[in-house]
Amino acid sequence: MIKHLLSIDQLSPSQIELVLKTADSFREVGTRTIKKVPILRGRTVCNLFFESSTRTRISFELAAKRLSADVINFTGDARSSLAKGESFKDTAQTLQAMGVDAIVVRHSSAGAPHRLSRWVEASVINAGDGAHEHPTQALLDLYSIREHFPSFDGLRVGIVGDILHSRVARSDVAALTKMGSQVTLVAPPTLIPPAIDSWGAEISYDLEEVLPKLDVVYLLRVQKERQNEQLVPSLREYATFWGLDRRRVDLMKPEAIIMHPGPMNRGVEIAADVADLERSIIIDQVTNGVAVRMSLLYLMLGAADRALEEVPVG
Amino acid sequence: MADILLRGGRLVDPAGEADATCDVLISGGRIEAVGTGLDPGRAEVIDVDGAIVAPGFVDTHVHLREPGREDEETIASGSAAAVLGGYTAICAMPNTDPVCDNAAVAEKVAATGSFLGLTQVIPAGSLTQGLQGKHLAAIGEMATCNARVRLFTDDGHGVQDARLLRRAMEYLKGFGAICAEHCDDESLSEGGHMHEGEYSSRLGLRGQPAEAEELALARDIVLARLTGARFHALHVSTARSVAIIRQAKADGLPVTAEATPHHLTLTDACLVDYDTNFKVNPPLRSPHDVEVLRAGLADGTIDNIATDHAPHAAQEKEAEFEAAPPGLIGLETALGVIMGELVEGGLLTLGDMVRRMSTTPARILGLEGQGGPVVPGAWANLVVFDPGARWTVDPGKFASRCRNCPWAGKELVGRVLLTVFQGRVVGRDGQVSTAAPLGAFA
Repeated sequence: MIKHLLSIDQLSPSQIELVLKTADSFREVGTRTIKKVPILRGRTVCNLFFESSTRTRISFELAAKRLSADVINFTGDARSSLAKGESFKDTAQTLQAMGVDAIVVRHSSAGAPHRLSRWVEASVINAGDGAHEHPTQALLDLYSIREHFPSFDGLRVGIVGDILHSRVARSDVAALTKMGSQVTLVAPPTLIPPAIDSWGAEISYDLEEVLPKLDVVYLLRVQKERQNEQLVPSLREYATFWGLDRRRVDLMKPEAIIMHPGPMNRGVEIAADVADLERSIIIDQVTNGVAVRMSLLYLMLGAADRALEEVPVG
Repeated sequence: MADILLRGGRLVDPAGEADATCDVLISGGRIEAVGTGLDPGRAEVIDVDGAIVAPGFVDTHVHLREPGREDEETIASGSAAAVLGGYTAICAMPNTDPVCDNAAVAEKVAATGSFLGLTQVIPAGSLTQGLQGKHLAAIGEMATCNARVRLFTDDGHGVQDARLLRRAMEYLKGFGAICAEHCDDESLSEGGHMHEGEYSSRLGLRGQPAEAEELALARDIVLARLTGARFHALHVSTARSVAIIRQAKADGLPVTAEATPHHLTLTDACLVDYDTNFKVNPPLRSPHDVEVLRAGLADGTIDNIATDHAPHAAQEKEAEFEAAPPGLIGLETALGVIMGELVEGGLLTLGDMVRRMSTTPARILGLEGQGGPVVPGAWANLVVFDPGARWTVDPGKFASRCRNCPWAGKELVGRVLLTVFQGRVVGRDGQVSTAAPLGAFA
């Protein structure tokens, strides 16, 4: 397995398959009364979060704890060393000196995990860096899709929303195209990144035209703080053209599913009642996130030379 | 001052229309004789057989950081870096602290350079006070003070206000000065960290579109036409910028342009690992831009090569990509990059290279005694280099105080053997002369 997970590009399709298959066992662990296995006993995982993200941090923390690792959380709040002007590199080396085995890093600056991986011995896992990538989100998304469709091959996935600023979109496009799915990015032109051709995805500005063809409708969070960048005239106008409401759900294939990385803006990219539909698997994504992150931590830290069938889940 | 005979080198001197094997005799700081089989008399004979002898390189664009950031570079360390790169004249940008927006700072920079006696240090003045883009700097005072400032720029930023730039151009024209611009429409590029394109999209970094440079350049050329001012475009980096300059020259406007070794050889693909040593402004562009820029250099649309040597402290570069300042150092690697990539690559002849690194930039800056011709009576400002020497860049050996070099660990072709400034050997085999400087107190 790889030493660091910085980008989906680092994983081959067979490695992705391995992560997903291994996650099956850990998903089962999460259904037990005693939700803990001793695989990473004595190992230390640090959640290094320079940008607040309660759900991702909790998911990683639960994953590490269910594997019996010791977990420390470092958040860049006012009392941390960051406020005192300590550099990113010094912070990294301090953690290294304390002997952590893995650093799960969330940072508002794209490439921060790449920088970190050059300075530390520990495994670095990217938990979201700026508008670059969020590889574990893509892996849990694949896992969740796999629960509904027999194969990724030829599956049609539409990713709708602020592609320009979305690390989720970058990781999902890379992961899905790698697995043979066809991705269509749906957004107003101002939210489509420049020079998009090399992504291997189709582009559409018209959600209603695309909806009937899709197996998966993946909605991205509209970041309200970007309102002043004049990318769309208003949230109302966004919802009018690119929001998923009941009327548009009726354009979808009967078996098509709805996904969202959370947190949702109900009433903007997704209507409140649509979020709670049977075909919306947003809550399953959260559950699967823990299992997929357990799988990754196990493969990257605990079982590099152990065969898959020896996974001690009993 | 000891006399020197450079024996057996190939003199490449576009200004003197010379390209031949000959000896060069230096006496009293000046060229005494050029010819074959010269009698050394009592001169020290330096055998430069197989090497190229050329007028010393002239860099229209360096950042020496003094005054203000002496931890990053000083006029002394920057001059030493220039010596090791074969430069006998360097033009220091005004974005120091305090800003070179007045005669006092300009004279201090020039005088320190003279005192060191390693290379000619020519201060550039700012166009606006404090580089703020609001009020004209003391252009007349700087132009007429002992430093004789000739080139004015707010480098690091372009002047955003068109009316203010127009006034600056009109005013400096009266002093025979040059308006040089870092062409950048910041309303388009603000917040960007790299070239906008395929790689910025993939890396999730906000881009600086090529159009930000082109829009500002086109505006500046329109204003140069309006005012009749001499205009020099700093570090041109895009394909359409080359076309804009070509058109301006075809229209007969007094416009010149420089390009850097990095924009001529590196692309935005270099940023895939978020290595901050490749973060620079203007950013590294696409392969197409590099190709067109090279063609522009070959056909003379781009007049000269300038390094934009920009030292940054290690702790500032060792940060998140978006937090790291843009800029890289280039004085000590320029020859190796240009020889290897552009001369060996067949784009430029040796004569073309010397023209673009010495003859033409010396003319742009109006420097007497720089850029050749290498003829009796002229100041002896020379570089001697081995055009075929291959060497691996070790930033630890740089004379510069900084290490932010994108070519670290790379093999370059062409190495400076000797730098002669005003008739003295100031650099030899990678070492700066430790002899007392010209202006040192006895």
